[in-house]
Amino acid sequence: MNDPATAACPALEVEHLGVRLRGTEVVHDVSFTVAQGSALAVIGPNGSGKTVLFRALVGAIPHTGVVRWAPGTRIGYVPQKLDLERDLPITGRDLLRARARLGRATPRDIERALERVGLRGEVLGKLIGTLSGGQFQRLLIAFALLGEPTILLLDEPTAGVDEPGQERLNETVRRLQAEQGVTVLLISHDLSVVFRYATNVLCLSGERTCFGVPRQVLTPEILSDVYGAPVGFHVHDGPVA
Amino acid sequence: MTAPSPSALALAGSMAAAAGLLGCFALMRRMTLAADALSHVALPGIGLALLLRAQPLAGAFAALAAGAVLVWWLERRTRIGTEAVIGVVFSAALAIGALLTTGEDLMDALFGGSGAPTTWELAAGVGGAAAVVAFVLVARDRLIVTLVSPDIALTTGVDVRRLNLLYLLAFALTVALGLRYLGVLLMGSLVIIPAATARRLARGLNQMLVISVAVALVSTLLGIWVAASAHRESGPIIVAVAAMCFFLTALRAPPR
Repeated sequence: MNDPATAACPALEVEHLGVRLRGTEVVHDVSFTVAQGSALAVIGPNGSGKTVLFRALVGAIPHTGVVRWAPGTRIGYVPQKLDLERDLPITGRDLLRARARLGRATPRDIERALERVGLRGEVLGKLIGTLSGGQFQRLLIAFALLGEPTILLLDEPTAGVDEPGQERLNETVRRLQAEQGVTVLLISHDLSVVFRYATNVLCLSGERTCFGVPRQVLTPEILSDVYGAPVGFHVHDGPVA
Repeated sequence: MTAPSPSALALAGSMAAAAGLLGCFALMRRMTLAADALSHVALPGIGLALLLRAQPLAGAFAALAAGAVLVWWLERRTRIGTEAVIGVVFSAALAIGALLTTGEDLMDALFGGSGAPTTWELAAGVGGAAAVVAFVLVARDRLIVTLVSPDIALTTGVDVRRLNLLYLLAFALTVALGLRYLGVLLMGSLVIIPAATARRLARGLNQMLVISVAVALVSTLLGIWVAASAHRESGPIIVAVAAMCFFLTALRAPPR
């Protein structure tokens, strides 16, 4: 299941992970390994337990099995969607300053984090409930960057974001990987992103899971099996980003 | 016309500052209903303390702390279940408390009384309020991150369960501090109304905290002053002034 490079220096090892929520097994016997600096894409239909898997990894919900982070791991977690009221009186500045103080980051670090995600300073003065989907996702990534993460967990970061916004977000994450060696775990429904950016892919679908290099694992047969219906997807033969 | 004693104003003012600060986070955490119901649990504590000839405030705080731990435990369960249990348990607590407490004691416990506090009451009240204010200021960043997303807070090293318990205990202490002037039925209002007023006006967290404390202080001090002058109980007047502030802001369009 694991290639030698992955096994050599794992950022994360997961063995036989299982999660039950209200008596229902949502994640069943999942095992995988993530190498330092690599990108793992997690795919699967709605309700297959992708978000539950991430929440179990960060310790938000109880699970069985083993989750082993590399020593010194700092996690930056960007959840899929937050249920925030529009008039919640917390601005981007309030949120980033709170994070900065918790991690002893400086105001200059906030500026740098905003630059890295391509956000302008004016976002700082806006209530976070009024930001657009793309702005809020980038604010959350900037928030995560203030903790100088060694690993980023991104739960559908481009959901509800327009096309140019998606490109910017993907580019930001790729730059972080290239420049800082950050390991990335990404939940995505966009198979083209998975093919372009992921080192490995983990498919979740009920009892069945699969793990491996995208081009080897994501065959039409497996995709059809994972999503329960044929998935029309063409893999371009050009260079993989 | 009778002026309120400086010690009464000092005690009520410090309690109001604590309520104004804590209320902002109660409102943002969407626990206003639970918070209001939680304040009712003080009544059986007061009743038991009176029966045992103990300090009523100590009995109230013990009952509130137990209620806070119950809410904390319930918060891990589903929201619907939590709200139903809070509604049932805390209403039952109010009924049992009303059976245990009688006459004038019951009226004071429900709606608050007036008059100057003893030195012990003043010291305990101001000390307790200072502890609540210190907690909010020290835990502010952790509270902000947790209310935006408890999962994100976990990854930033926040012990979310411990923070929630501390918050609820601070809430219990604030309610206990306010019982003297507002009683178990009205104290929840002083936590919620100033914060709700501030939320309509504020453009950020700092503004909300400042406005909420200001509204709580003005309502409480003005209410106590008017009550002393008119020889009425202070609780209903304090809440009436706070509610007036809220309705005045409601006339104004939201700032966004």
